[in-house]
Amino acid sequence: MEKRYETVFILTPVLSEDQAKEAAKKFEKILTDLGAKVNHRENWGLKKLAYPIQKKTTGFYHLIDYTGKGTEIAELELQFKRDERILRFLTIALEKHGAAWADKRRAKGSEAKVAKTKKAEA
Amino acid sequence: MAKNEVRFLNPPTVEAKKKKYCRFKKLGIKYIDYKDADFLLKFVNEQGKLLPRRLTGTSLKFQRKVSQAVKRARHIALMPYLADGLK
Repeated sequence: MEKRYETVFILTPVLSEDQAKEAAKKFEKILTDLGAKVNHRENWGLKKLAYPIQKKTTGFYHLIDYTGKGTEIAELELQFKRDERILRFLTIALEKHGAAWADKRRAKGSEAKVAKTKKAEA
Repeated sequence: MAKNEVRFLNPPTVEAKKKKYCRFKKLGIKYIDYKDADFLLKFVNEQGKLLPRRLTGTSLKFQRKVSQAVKRARHIALMPYLADGLK
């Protein structure tokens, strides 16, 4: 039985924007190599943390939404723990309402993007 | 004057109690997103502690989900574990 999961992770602000993107890509590759299907990815950019973690007050937030058997999560989290660029991570399983909400949110997000580009064109 | 007549200095104000309701049931919200910290802020006090159901009127089913969402939000530093003057 395949399930849908969502992982949010925070990268240290010491990295540059490009390095952060590269690190995010690395973790995405781990997932795809293990046979998970990435549905969606989000980059929230540099955000302020609600409380300091490892003496850092900001971090790069990334989100990956994927479908898999659940066996790849252990490997992904192991890699998270080994990587010192990761401040924090959270993986949750999306139940049917959660999945519906994620799709809706994504649709809304892309609409907003389209609206923005349209505005820019006009 | 009748013996057991009670007189008030100010007329007693009898307010009709406003019925509390579960906003999730009323609005048909099925999933509480832990990523939406602004929304979850409605369910914590200014110290960042969860408010009881007695105050927010949330049904038990959704209170459990709210608490889960707040705890997830705290873990990924979208909400504080402890705060002072959050509102």
